[in-house]
Amino acid sequence: MSFDLRRVRAIIRKELREIQHNRSLLVAMAVLPLVFIIQPLVAVLGLSAKAAAGLSHEHVLLYLLGIPVLVPPVIAATAIAGERQQGTLEPVLTTPIRREELLLGKALAAWVPSIAIAYVVDAAFLAVVALFAQPGIASAMVNRSDLAAQVVFVPLLAAWSIWVGLAMSTRASDARVAQQLSLLASLPVVLCVVLIALDVIPPSPELGVALAALLVVLDVGGWWVTSRLFDRERLIAGTRD
Amino acid sequence: MEPTPTIAEPALVVSHLTKRFGTRIAFDDVSFTVARGEVFGFLGPNGAGKTTMVRTLGTLLAPTSGSATVLGLPLDPGHGVQIRRRTAVMPETPGLYVRLTVRENLECFADLYETDVPRIAIDEALAAVDLTDRADDPCGTLSKGLRQRVALARALLSSPELLFLDEPTSGLDPVAARDVYGLVEGLRTRGATIFLTTHRLEEAERLCDRVAILNTTLRTIGPPNELRNRLFATAIQIRLAAPLADPDAVFGTVPGFTRWQRDDEGAYLVTVTDPAAAAPALTRALAAAGADVLAIGESRHSLEDVYLQLVDEGPVKDAR
Repeated sequence: MSFDLRRVRAIIRKELREIQHNRSLLVAMAVLPLVFIIQPLVAVLGLSAKAAAGLSHEHVLLYLLGIPVLVPPVIAATAIAGERQQGTLEPVLTTPIRREELLLGKALAAWVPSIAIAYVVDAAFLAVVALFAQPGIASAMVNRSDLAAQVVFVPLLAAWSIWVGLAMSTRASDARVAQQLSLLASLPVVLCVVLIALDVIPPSPELGVALAALLVVLDVGGWWVTSRLFDRERLIAGTRD
Repeated sequence: MEPTPTIAEPALVVSHLTKRFGTRIAFDDVSFTVARGEVFGFLGPNGAGKTTMVRTLGTLLAPTSGSATVLGLPLDPGHGVQIRRRTAVMPETPGLYVRLTVRENLECFADLYETDVPRIAIDEALAAVDLTDRADDPCGTLSKGLRQRVALARALLSSPELLFLDEPTSGLDPVAARDVYGLVEGLRTRGATIFLTTHRLEEAERLCDRVAILNTTLRTIGPPNELRNRLFATAIQIRLAAPLADPDAVFGTVPGFTRWQRDDEGAYLVTVTDPAAAAPALTRALAAAGADVLAIGESRHSLEDVYLQLVDEGPVKDAR
């Protein structure tokens, strides 16, 4: 199968332009992470300086890994179902583009802003803690392994979440339904992240490597599975032979 | 082995093509051929299967049975990309990205069609539909007629050998529809093959070399004139200042005379085998009878008459 990067780039560029012009989408993408960091921010800013010693066993930063899980479905879930509803999918499918190219373009266009938002929120969180938390809290809270986990897992989790969103989007008849189903499907991953952040599942380098490897497999598999779920006929005619 | 299309090959060869959605039949056992450079009209009422035919030939839907070749390529999943490279579809609804400008919309599709120099292709397409001055307007701000033009520009980007136009003037006012007619006529002069679906009969009559009438099954196919002649006997319409005393005596002398009748407005309709040969003799007979002739001419049945006659009839097999 020949694979044309120009067509992938065309979809990425179009998607990013659309996101840029879609205020409600931008607001949703911005509000969701803000809601997500309010609770940990309030908790951290409320800590006294004496509490710094006890923070070595907590992983507040890992809690923020929920953001790359929750933001991408806002974009990805509407990527196919939304186009179908607006009648813009059919013209695209009449071009030589292959479903794998279309989906990769859509996924990358959702991935770039999602990880950018996740890293910006991480940076903002750390900046607020450094500036406004009690002395010693920031240095006790931030450790290299948690920062490394952010760097590694934000892109991997975002990619996984995007494939889930796109898969829902190819099968749902309505963009909102696809969004809700995607968020629902993301909850187990968010729960897993929270349990690790709360030390219920103790984080370790071995666990990190295993989860990263699993996510790489899931991300590549997600592309393949979503491509198989993408059915031109059902998407255009709403039914099948 | 890959089929090698030749220029002499028809643009479309459709053989006993059927498409079903579960128990619902979209179209059934349809066969026809479209020559290169032809403007082919596909007529039928709503729900006749016209759009499904376009989607099937455009490789969006797979046929349930039957076969087809598009530009010499078999209509099967293995040739979908090749077919889509050489064809373009203008769907009934323009399907534009309304938040993006006209140019941004076209840029996306120029890349999807792998055009060699996108900028030139876009400028030419915009000029062809007379939209150069609106290139930087968001599509959401355009009227329906202008959106149709953008959709047509999008379909022209790849200089397709075969262009499917699905109800191109649907919902347009007469002025906007006339603009689209002009564009289609321009495409015809450029040698493109056009497959046009419509339920506007005047549109088909004006633009198409041949038309097919579909209502799930193919009812007939041929040039609009030929369909009229095939279906309706030729008649000469005569308006007189006063009714004839003995019409049988007057019309009976005309060569090829078959029968006569009067229409609702009192005019005589004289059915003959060859109106060109009969008209002079008829004029002489009327003058000899002392009739004052107000008007005389060939009575033309419209394509609408043909259409209405056929859409309620049963299928016509092998209507190639």
